[in-house]
Amino acid sequence: MSVVAATRRHESRRARTVTIGLAVALVALFALSLSYGSFQVSLPDVVRSLLGQPTPPQVDYIVQTLRLPRALVGVLAGIAFGLAGAIFQQLLRNPLASPDVIGVTSGATTAAVLSIVVFSTSGPVLSLVALGGALITALLIYLFAWRGGSVGGYRFVLVGIGIGAAMAGLTSFLLTRADVRAAQEALIWLAGSLNGRTWDNVVPLAIASLILVPGAVLLGRPLTGLQLGDDVARGLGLHVERGRLLLLIVGVCLAGTATAAAGPISYIAFMSGPIAARMVGGGRPVLLPAGLVGAVIVLAGDFIGSHLLGPAQFPVGVVTGVIGAPYLLWLLATANRTGRGG
Amino acid sequence: MPDTRVRRAVALTTGLVVLAAALAGAALLSLAVGSQHVPFGTVLEALVHPDDSVRDSLIVTEVRIPRTLIGLLAGFALGLAGAIIQAVTRNPLADPGILGVNAGAGLFVVIGISVFGVTSLTGYVWFGFAGAALAAVVVYTIGSMGRGGATPVKLAIAGTALTAALLSFTTAVLVTDVQTYDQFRFWQVGSLAGRGMDIAKQGTPFLIVGVVIALASARLLNALALGDDVATSLGQNVGVARLVAAAAVVVLCGTATAMAGPLVFVGLVVPHVARIITGPDHRWLLPYAMLLAPLLLLLADVLGRVIAQPGEVQVGVLTAIIGAPVFVALARRRRLAEL
Repeated sequence: MSVVAATRRHESRRARTVTIGLAVALVALFALSLSYGSFQVSLPDVVRSLLGQPTPPQVDYIVQTLRLPRALVGVLAGIAFGLAGAIFQQLLRNPLASPDVIGVTSGATTAAVLSIVVFSTSGPVLSLVALGGALITALLIYLFAWRGGSVGGYRFVLVGIGIGAAMAGLTSFLLTRADVRAAQEALIWLAGSLNGRTWDNVVPLAIASLILVPGAVLLGRPLTGLQLGDDVARGLGLHVERGRLLLLIVGVCLAGTATAAAGPISYIAFMSGPIAARMVGGGRPVLLPAGLVGAVIVLAGDFIGSHLLGPAQFPVGVVTGVIGAPYLLWLLATANRTGRGG
Repeated sequence: MPDTRVRRAVALTTGLVVLAAALAGAALLSLAVGSQHVPFGTVLEALVHPDDSVRDSLIVTEVRIPRTLIGLLAGFALGLAGAIIQAVTRNPLADPGILGVNAGAGLFVVIGISVFGVTSLTGYVWFGFAGAALAAVVVYTIGSMGRGGATPVKLAIAGTALTAALLSFTTAVLVTDVQTYDQFRFWQVGSLAGRGMDIAKQGTPFLIVGVVIALASARLLNALALGDDVATSLGQNVGVARLVAAAAVVVLCGTATAMAGPLVFVGLVVPHVARIITGPDHRWLLPYAMLLAPLLLLLADVLGRVIAQPGEVQVGVLTAIIGAPVFVALARRRRLAEL
């Protein structure tokens, strides 16, 4: 017994260390993205501006109007995507079942592109529309995958892939209907971008995060039970389908609001969970670390895309896609070799 | 039972003739229907005696004939490719779109347009081939690693993953290049419209090669469909058979995608319909798939011209919407690998 207790203590200490380390890295990246750019702002000036103390001219404008919303959207969307991905992957016991692979983000995207191109909406309305798109798509996937009392891990993924493909078709149709400049703007948004984010994007995302992030962490507690399989979880007295449904709804809402604010930044949802799990170790559910990993990747990807790749500004989603794609294929290959992943 | 076999052969041949007639009807419909309706009499007149001074005749020869031809050619290619890919992977969910082959062709076409300044189809069809081949190899290699070989689930997920990956690279090229993007977005949606006669002409030789390889491989596919062990014991060289089939898929998908853009789900749905009619024998299955796919494409294209007048809905959107429910229905089946 003492060995078990010691291992548990060791594991939880490691989880705490990882979480704190990730939070420190996130704060450092946040500070970097506020201070670095075509106009350099020194760190003390950044802090002074944030605290409302007097600063040199222009600094307030650059920090508070240009860089702060962008960085905040990055952090919040990263956390939301990371959490959503971890929830999906752990509930469906499949590292490939993140919302960006199975079509939930495609649904949010189609709804958002529809409202950008046809009704030229923005801000909070756009968030609601994207959220609605994500929820409807997820509901469709859940209903169609339902069979004989459960959704079945792989059936859920396959049905999601099918519905996602239909949504992608609708999105490209909407794009051909738009003026080419509007369409290219939509393309940049589609790739996932933090360019030109304003407080209008931050506010809805922040409100949603305040409700959803604690909800996800609280509801995520019984995840360890669900991870053991439906039968074991039922034996432990968990309401399998109800718990799963509630958590999935929270995950869908996270993915939907994040998509509305930053576009479907590729692979954040998909990468964060497995990376966090590897850092924490021990095979326990890792919601909070996954969210932090997501935020770190988004901020780092945005920094690379806008400052380190020459004169062209690449949207963060392109950077994360180019990093994430080989990782995804590698994960597929290794998961298959050990007989998991299908 | 030679008697029933003969009767079956007669019935299936009759079916093929009926299908060919239906296809001819669909082609005629595709020549006549559109934002400017042309009476059938005028269509036939324009086919026999093209007269550039008559407006209706000009519409038929300049706009509708290339469009219909491309629908026919892309349909032949996608139907055959879908049937072959499903037989080789023994996977009911296999489709050039789902398996990432189209996305591979797409990325390479974009690179061809943007980096190498290629403008003609004969130029970028080679990029399409290279991309399709690369994607097919990567997806199949990754999907078949590990226990159980290339299961439907693993292949579908590997294909989706690779599609997402290729799309990020494609986007990276496109966001820096408005001109290429303007060309690409109409290609990307999958459409038969706005492609000139030259594209149909340039694509035809490639398609003939692909169709010949495909139809000649029917026996190989019958053997492969029994599983590798049985095929080997029947004296087939499984590796060679796979290679021949893969070559056919790459040529067919690469050409169809270069001509019409990525059309998802045509290659998925059609072979299933054909299999319901013919059963598992590829000597019948392949011709049926080859005729059913252009029928579906042309009818979807005509439908797209009618439902959103004065605008149009591209055929790629309609096939995605028609195909998705079929894919979902297949995914719901209890036993996935029943091919």
